[in-house]
Amino acid sequence: MVVRENFQLQLEEMKQAIVQISKLAEEALELSVEALKNQDLDKALQIIENDNRINVLEDEINDMAILLIAKQAPVASDLRRIIAAIKISSDIERMADFAVNIAKSTIRIGKQELIKPLEELPKMAHHAISMLTTATKAYVEEDVALAKQLAELDDEVDETYGKIIKELLELMTKNPEHLSQISQLLFVCRYIERTADHATNIAESIIFLVKGKRYGLND
Amino acid sequence: MDITINKQMVQKNEKEKDFTPVFKINNLNLWYGQDHALKDIKFDIPEKQVTAIIGPSGCGKSTFIKTLNRMVEMVPIVRMSGEIVYREKNIFDPKYGVEELRTQVGMVFQKPNPFPKSIYENVAYGPRIHGIKNKKVLDEVVEKSLRGAAIWDEVKDRLHENAYGLSGGQQQRLCIARCLAIEPDVILMDEPTSALDPISTLKVEELVQELKKDYSIVIVTHNMQQAARISDRTAFFLNGEVVEYTDTSTLFSNPSDKRTEDYITGRFG
Repeated sequence: MVVRENFQLQLEEMKQAIVQISKLAEEALELSVEALKNQDLDKALQIIENDNRINVLEDEINDMAILLIAKQAPVASDLRRIIAAIKISSDIERMADFAVNIAKSTIRIGKQELIKPLEELPKMAHHAISMLTTATKAYVEEDVALAKQLAELDDEVDETYGKIIKELLELMTKNPEHLSQISQLLFVCRYIERTADHATNIAESIIFLVKGKRYGLND
Repeated sequence: MDITINKQMVQKNEKEKDFTPVFKINNLNLWYGQDHALKDIKFDIPEKQVTAIIGPSGCGKSTFIKTLNRMVEMVPIVRMSGEIVYREKNIFDPKYGVEELRTQVGMVFQKPNPFPKSIYENVAYGPRIHGIKNKKVLDEVVEKSLRGAAIWDEVKDRLHENAYGLSGGQQQRLCIARCLAIEPDVILMDEPTSALDPISTLKVEELVQELKKDYSIVIVTHNMQQAARISDRTAFFLNGEVVEYTDTSTLFSNPSDKRTEDYITGRFG
């Protein structure tokens, strides 16, 4: 018999809200890469407008957490579940902010011809976005092994990041007239790399939730 | 990539707290007739700390606390084995008088149980039967005890009124004062706040925090948040066994036994 059925339902509701905010952030990131690649300024503007929904949802998750703490006096894994939800929603909200940043860079680059077709960068972005998908799956299933895999995935992103930055810096010295565009691409690169870091933060929160111990996956 | 565990955290979790035990309980077993109520209980109770005993109804926690001052022996069908060592002496040793033990180990009960006497006489009763007759000394003991129980300011102008005129929370603090008057070493509290309103409960909890500077306290409580708030170590009892006994912070944040986790998170009980 479940003694605290109502409390369990509320914890489940909070979990579903995390899944929802994660989906919205994933969509925003996918769209932002698409907008950048196709230089679609309308789409970029759309991302900036949609971001408010994600911010509101993060606030709602925080409110749920505060009420659960205040009213249910959670302890042990229940308490960790709530703390993890607060931290994970904050990581996801930040990831969605990177989608907005990428959209803003897209708008700054505007319609000027790209110095070279974007290939590696969107690939790296998809890699980072898939890390969010994996992190969310690991969260829903409370799967520590899957969460730990994110550390390796993040290493791959970091490696690609290094390569692209090097390439962009070379392009910069050769094409000083494109300085502004290349700077924006450098920023985008950084946003994507940071997105992946937040996915590993989520993995750390999942491990804390399940094990009650802290692991550093970003080191 | 290496997955590094935060070393400090682990050390903190694994560190066994050093303490001087006031009670050492070794393989204590207790039966009520055929009913095996306490099974191989073995743990140490620290000096000048608050030790909380939690667990569902019928798990043996009240039985356990009553073994510490041998009150449980008043039940005729009780049988016991094992030993309880209080300050290096086995309390079941026939040479060790039960009166001597109870002078050292005081007790406060679930329901406030003042004597039908004045507030003053309630507190002076113990010292009197221990032979203190000097009025001045008794006055001092009464004041010190009432101050110690954080009730002096509320009763100092009505010391000779009947204790039954006090509120439930005041009566309970009076009982604590009565217990302090014989200057015990250990105070046992069996659900001392379960009959009190929330404010009186908080006053008693604050008092327990004060008292642990001078006394070792063992408290049985149904209120898990109370155990979390006021105790240093917590023992979780289930079906007469100690499932887990550790520092309270660990027990309530990351218990090692699934049964403890299920109980404190309200999944059974």
